[in-house]
Amino acid sequence: MGHGPAVKLGEDKASGYKAKLGVYLFVFYTLAYVVFVGISVLQPSLMESAFMGQTFAVAYGMVLIVSAFVLAIVYNHFCSRAEQRLNN
Amino acid sequence: MIYAQSPLAVGLFVTFVLSVLGLSFYLARRTTSAAGYYAAGGQIHWFVNGIAFAGDYLSAASFLGICGMIATAGYDGFLYSIGYLAGWVVALFLVAEPMKRLGKFTFTDALDSKFNSKGIQLTAAISTLLVSVFYLIPQMVGAGVLVQPLLGMPHYVGVLIVGIVVTLIVATAGMASTTYVQFMKGGMLLVFSTILVVGVLGRGLSTNPDQGGRKAYHEFKALTAQAGADGALQLSDPSYAVPADWKTGALGKAGYVRLTKDGRDSVWKVKETAGGYALAETLFSKELSDGTKLYNGLPKEKGAFFPVGAVKELKIDGKEVAQTGPLGPLGFLSAVKNSTVTLWGKTIVKEGDGLTTVYYQKPTSGAKILRPGLKFKVDNSTGTQKFNFISLMLALFCGTAALPHILIRYYTVPSQAAARKSTIVAISAIGFFYILTLFMGLGAMTNGVINLNDDNMSAPLLALSFGVVLFSIISSLAFATVLGTVSGLIVAASGAVAHDLMDNFFGMKMSDHNKVLAGKVSAVVVGCIAIYLGIIFEGMNVSFLVGWAFAVAASANLPAILMILFWKKTTAQGVATSIVVGMVSAMGLILLSPDMWALYGKLPANAPISFNSPALVSVPLSFLALVVVSMLTQKAAVPVTAKAA
Repeated sequence: MGHGPAVKLGEDKASGYKAKLGVYLFVFYTLAYVVFVGISVLQPSLMESAFMGQTFAVAYGMVLIVSAFVLAIVYNHFCSRAEQRLNN
Repeated sequence: MIYAQSPLAVGLFVTFVLSVLGLSFYLARRTTSAAGYYAAGGQIHWFVNGIAFAGDYLSAASFLGICGMIATAGYDGFLYSIGYLAGWVVALFLVAEPMKRLGKFTFTDALDSKFNSKGIQLTAAISTLLVSVFYLIPQMVGAGVLVQPLLGMPHYVGVLIVGIVVTLIVATAGMASTTYVQFMKGGMLLVFSTILVVGVLGRGLSTNPDQGGRKAYHEFKALTAQAGADGALQLSDPSYAVPADWKTGALGKAGYVRLTKDGRDSVWKVKETAGGYALAETLFSKELSDGTKLYNGLPKEKGAFFPVGAVKELKIDGKEVAQTGPLGPLGFLSAVKNSTVTLWGKTIVKEGDGLTTVYYQKPTSGAKILRPGLKFKVDNSTGTQKFNFISLMLALFCGTAALPHILIRYYTVPSQAAARKSTIVAISAIGFFYILTLFMGLGAMTNGVINLNDDNMSAPLLALSFGVVLFSIISSLAFATVLGTVSGLIVAASGAVAHDLMDNFFGMKMSDHNKVLAGKVSAVVVGCIAIYLGIIFEGMNVSFLVGWAFAVAASANLPAILMILFWKKTTAQGVATSIVVGMVSAMGLILLSPDMWALYGKLPANAPISFNSPALVSVPLSFLALVVVSMLTQKAAVPVTAKAA
């Protein structure tokens, strides 16, 4: 049928751990995104209020972008550790 | 004309094209196997792949569209940046490693990995083609649009150049050459966008944006007037002539008046005041019945339609100032927040001799610009408006991780860890770029560079305000942006035809050599179709097709991907049904939407449905279809691995 990876992959005993961690972090980020969309729709005037010298909307938007990067680094750190621990 | 052709831009673009073609022909000698052609041998370094992800993903819509939207509508344009980036979180945490583990060459491979189902092979291939074509058309039309003002060539030449170059890139070395084109484009986009933003911050803000002394900002005039006893309008400047029907004509009824001075027309917005009337100068364009277009009363080449965008009242630490000098990123944003910026509203008036579009000044507080609400109605919004907003944000969130031309990049790296790391590089690069879009958009908004007839040119025009060299680089980069994205789309589409349909669905037993040949022939055919579509859609605003691509990808592909990964009872029939339901419902709802009704030339209010963004209906519907059909077909679910055992 021609499926399966294009290169040979070794067994990954950490895949279960990584999948579970990914789901937790996904849920965490999704909640932050849902709150952002919720405030924009239900309480848009709050987005105009000042927060650390910026509008709340700018601050929240920047936090969403930067936190995606931070969570990605955290995720990679724990995944790499799990791969070292379980696959070696 | 707001901009002129730049030989330097042509030179840079030609240099870039020759470099990527040279690289493609070099790599072609090493691309002899199907794995080499479709997945670059699975040996691309994760960092290169991560930047190539950025080069693949940051299309002309991101670079030109988002900057333009922020320049004219503030934070609502930045919402796209936030939503598009959030989609990468879905890709990293849920999709990246399993895609690498399950798939071989195409997105269909991953969906079909457990089933070997003809239904999945067919529906996923159709979905890939549909999404890729929707994405492809605006890129090709965009190439034609870019080539006209920047290189002085007709639309079809731009489409042909991009189509031929991209087809050569893909048909020579497939994913290998595509990867390096995207890597170079992604890297250059980040570097030069950063340079542009540093320039914007270094220049700071001013109420008289003279582009560093290069070009004086047009001073918009204001007049006062009173109505005489005979009803005639008596102006504070009597050198202007006022028509007798100033109040009863089509323009007058819309709140404007046409004045004439030295034989030249101008249109003014009329506001009633306690002492009479206040008149504010506008910009206007007119399309006459014979198709002639006039800009501020004159042909385009006379350059009467000047660029706009300025701070009206600039406040630093509560004090009004004329200019700020260099600012840091946070200082720039807070200065905009505390100030008032002149934005521009638009009114279309039907007159006897044609259609007049009037752009009027709309001073807006910075705090309102830096929050949602200027483009999307969120204050005192109706249920439908709320629904539309949520649905759009859902499509942006769910679409990225389901775009076939993005997902196939997971097959080019050697391991699951590399797939994960390359996604992290992509998030860093794309997130950084999206932060830059806010500064580029606001920079265009406040530096007197916006062409109100085409806000997509805001980023190149902002670069022009720093001199022709940066303009030429950014302009040629805009072409490179199209090349990078289109090459990824053609690889995805040709893979769907050659690998999913010919090899898997129709069961043609091809040798490895013939698989490569089929891929190359498919790439040439898809490239020719892309050129044809790019030419026939000339003049049409097709940017909405990217929105369609996201909505269809989110509805048709993501539910199938997620349920295969996280629900063991998923069956092949469930997956195929989910793809069809997602595709049909998303497309059906889009075709019945008010936006489409307007495109058909009908009244949007008469559209059968009242919302434009379908994801909030079509995504749950697709999930539901998968669950119901999977539950009904449990007995038929015999995984291949079990059969083999």
